[in-house]
Amino acid sequence: MDFETIIGLEIHAELSTKSKMFCGCSTVFGGEPNTKTCPVCLGHPGTLPVANRKAIEYAILLGLALNCEIAERSIFHRKNYFYPDMPKNYQISQYDIPLSRNGFLEIDMGEYKRRVGIIRVHLEEDTGKSIHVGESGRIHGAERSLEDFNRAGIPLVEIVTEPDLRSPEEARNFMMELRAVLEYLGISDCKMEEGSLRCDANISVGVGGSRGTKVEIKNMNSFRALQRALSFEEKRQRDVLLKGGIVTQETRHWDEAAGITHALRTKEEAFDYRYFPEPDLVPIEPDPPWVEELRRSLPEMPAERLRRFISEYGLPKDIAKVLVYDKKLGNFYEETVRKGENPIEIAKWVAGDLAGLLNEASIDADLSPVRPGGVSELVHLVESGVISGRMAKDVLKEAFESGESPRQIVSRKGLSQIADSNEILAIVKQVIKENPQAVSDYLDGKEQALKYLMGQVMKLTRGKANPKMASEMLVEALKMRE
Amino acid sequence: MELTEKDALTLSKLISKREVSSKEVVDAYLNRIEKVEPVIHAFINLSAELARKQALEIDEKLSRGEEAGRYAGVPIAIKDVLSTKSFHTTCASRMLENFIPIYDATAVRKVFNAGCVMIGKANMDEFAMGSSTENSYFGVTRNPWDTNRVPGGSSGGSAAAVAAREAPWALGSDTGGSIRQPAALCGIVGLKPTYGLVSRYGLVAFASSLDQVGPMTLNVKDCAALLGLIAGHDPLDSTSIPRTPDEYLSGLTGDVRGLKAGVVKEISGEGIDPDVLSCFYKGIGALEECGVHVEEVTLPSFEYALSAYYIIAPAEASSNLARFDGIRYGFRTECDCADIWEMYDRTRSEGFGGEVKRRIMLGTYALSAGYYEAYYAQAQKIRTLIIRDYNRAWDKFDVLLSPTSPTTAFKIGEKIDDPLTMYLSDICTIPVNLAGIPAISVPCGFSKGLPVGFQIMGPPLEEARILNVAYALEQSLNLDMRPPV
Amino acid sequence: MAISIEDVEHVAKLARIYLTEEEKEMFRKQLSDVLEHARVISEVDTSTVEPTSHAIPLSNVTREDEVRESLTVEEATKNAPWSDGGAFTVPKII
Repeated sequence: MDFETIIGLEIHAELSTKSKMFCGCSTVFGGEPNTKTCPVCLGHPGTLPVANRKAIEYAILLGLALNCEIAERSIFHRKNYFYPDMPKNYQISQYDIPLSRNGFLEIDMGEYKRRVGIIRVHLEEDTGKSIHVGESGRIHGAERSLEDFNRAGIPLVEIVTEPDLRSPEEARNFMMELRAVLEYLGISDCKMEEGSLRCDANISVGVGGSRGTKVEIKNMNSFRALQRALSFEEKRQRDVLLKGGIVTQETRHWDEAAGITHALRTKEEAFDYRYFPEPDLVPIEPDPPWVEELRRSLPEMPAERLRRFISEYGLPKDIAKVLVYDKKLGNFYEETVRKGENPIEIAKWVAGDLAGLLNEASIDADLSPVRPGGVSELVHLVESGVISGRMAKDVLKEAFESGESPRQIVSRKGLSQIADSNEILAIVKQVIKENPQAVSDYLDGKEQALKYLMGQVMKLTRGKANPKMASEMLVEALKMRE
Repeated sequence: MELTEKDALTLSKLISKREVSSKEVVDAYLNRIEKVEPVIHAFINLSAELARKQALEIDEKLSRGEEAGRYAGVPIAIKDVLSTKSFHTTCASRMLENFIPIYDATAVRKVFNAGCVMIGKANMDEFAMGSSTENSYFGVTRNPWDTNRVPGGSSGGSAAAVAAREAPWALGSDTGGSIRQPAALCGIVGLKPTYGLVSRYGLVAFASSLDQVGPMTLNVKDCAALLGLIAGHDPLDSTSIPRTPDEYLSGLTGDVRGLKAGVVKEISGEGIDPDVLSCFYKGIGALEECGVHVEEVTLPSFEYALSAYYIIAPAEASSNLARFDGIRYGFRTECDCADIWEMYDRTRSEGFGGEVKRRIMLGTYALSAGYYEAYYAQAQKIRTLIIRDYNRAWDKFDVLLSPTSPTTAFKIGEKIDDPLTMYLSDICTIPVNLAGIPAISVPCGFSKGLPVGFQIMGPPLEEARILNVAYALEQSLNLDMRPPV
Repeated sequence: MAISIEDVEHVAKLARIYLTEEEKEMFRKQLSDVLEHARVISEVDTSTVEPTSHAIPLSNVTREDEVRESLTVEEATKNAPWSDGGAFTVPKII
């Protein structure tokens, strides 16, 4: 059968303002329950919301970065439904007049690019958190729940895409691209594991050109989970269709541990949000000077930077991507380049070994124990032949662990490579003298013998001989034997 | 003359000149309360101890020659819909019977900063929903002019307290007439400010786009003074107007010569009790003698105001009252509930009274899928038409006039079983809230021994003008407004 | 505008209010009356009229992004009917 998968995403990102959307409580993650609350975010009787100007600006910035139209007049609505993590039992959100709409974001899939439509970007407040108490620790089977409102009222942007994505890989790439945009704008922490970036998806599988039934998938808490869940769901729907069945329109929950999606029971919930304009807030009317000022403050976006890294530094695309899709690593890279060494060599070290070390230690590049100056030094040591690439790997690792500079490590451990031709020549002569069999094998045309002899040179120098010089001198000396 | 017969400004002068102490004033009111409260029941919770303590502090400050506030030592009654830190705020509901707020409403903070002494939290219709104060979980308040009758509502406790001299002045709130109608029925002065003039922060919301806090006083001067105290921009309320309020008190000249006033035909004829009307026209006559030109004006959209109001207000209320869910504060059912949904349903069923449930149901219905456009959206458009009618009228008139209430105080129990008839008692006051304009009710005489209120409406932020017209009327009529109680 | 018992039940579920059979019937009648009265507004031609949600026009009212002191846990939970370790306790959700 001829299947077509169609995916649309609805993404929520917490904005990294200092205070909440409608009150002055701190937005710092975590802490003891209900220690970041006040009468406003607890929904006490008589309290009123006042919008955080920074949150509005962040949302407009995102709209601009996603090529959206910024509304001349936008209003907040109340979305009414009962749930214990919502202090007022309505969420202040936006409805038919969002801050921005009709934008797009392009994703690069290697062989092709896709422009993904953005229906809307709007502002709303986050809910609190329910902690389920019971044997399983999950919502099903819990005896009771504990409500913590520290998160309640943190500003969120909601981004809704057109159903323009055609595969789970595209969905994942879109999320990576969007995360990078949020990171470059500096408006969100984008930590999926802390819940500051969340994603729901609508996925349908159509057959022979007709649209399939839309299924909503929730609870995908990582990029990997997003792709796995959508792949599972794509296959599930295809299997249903192959068996001649009908896909049910429903909301399904991704179970990360089991690796499956399952339908959510909605016994008690009646869905009718009764949206109406929030009377406690007045319209937002971003006037052109305000929007222009924000537009001027837009930083370089990841796609632009990727193009620049390739053209300006001559980087291969895969390496450039590693550097660009981690903004801090990209910044680290550019800072290193400014110190004057070869940009391509620097890129290999930053995107390779250093990125690996940072990742392993869960450290962001801006807090790397090896500073850009250290990496520059390291590249210089390799480029000028003081140490070999192999040695440099160990030096970097040690520098990362101890905080010592690469030059210090090299000199303290006497690691510098032997590049003195007289010293190397003496050892070459010694090796030739001590290994007559190998020499004669080589002279008989057995090429492997050269490798053995080279190994002996390295052994005697404890690996410190400049390999290029040693190999050249060995061949030269053997020639003289012929 | 008894201290409790004096108005607030007089008391304030006496205290500041130290001719009488705040403690003496507070004790006089507490004695008066002890005497009449068993009959009137104007208060839900009295703050006698706190008031005595505050009075002593103020007296000490004054004896040391320190600044103690603009109206230092003057008692005040506060409608129990305004949040008072560390003191019960019930909204006359079982839902909040034991609720003790953790912050002061802005209006409350302002009266405290001025040195006013809170004497108690006044009774009201539950969550300010009603026109008779019969919808209080804590029992009905009686009208000091006839204790078989209601004081009006929803600020009936505040109105009765002032009329019965249990407090010289009070704060009320007005969503569809809840200050003006009880002021009219109890023979006192009550003013609903322009929407946004007084902060709503700490006013437990009924209908957010209509609610305003306002003064309820014995006379127009006190009204101007108390309004001046509570008016002004508040950064905690996004709908608060960023503007310095006018000087209301010093603007009371009584000179209204040459002003043009329009009598609104739609709310000053059909449907109004004939005795009330004749009393109202005596007031018109008095204003004409003061030099006001009076003409009739027709504002056709007013016909739809009541219906629009009874869609918009319940719709907003249904959302505002969703927060009472038995989790963070307030009442929670004793029922052993299988799950949270049952807990919600039982808590809200047991915690809210009949009228509150009725309005939540009505508002939920009006906002629900399939009905939003026909009801809520249409009502918001009617609101636009009413504003347009007013704006046309302001081209020609300085103020608009009508009776405040279609009847005088009705008997307790008379309308309680018929919501629609009860809702009709707000027809004269509701258009004002829908348009967000200011209006004042001032006594204009009696019908069968019961006070009649005269409503003066003005363009947005023209409180000074309507106060001055009310002052002229008050001075001209010179009524004796002391109730028999 | 007549409302059915089913309408009343649906609305009660959205509003999360338990109603007895008697209350359902009472509300059915009373809400029908009020909505019948409100029907007059549907007769008004408002095709060219913008809705008013705020009577006094204001816009762009915002606050600066500044952190204010939060409540203590004791203050936050002192009015709670049930709380445990600083969190509000509710019966199971599903």
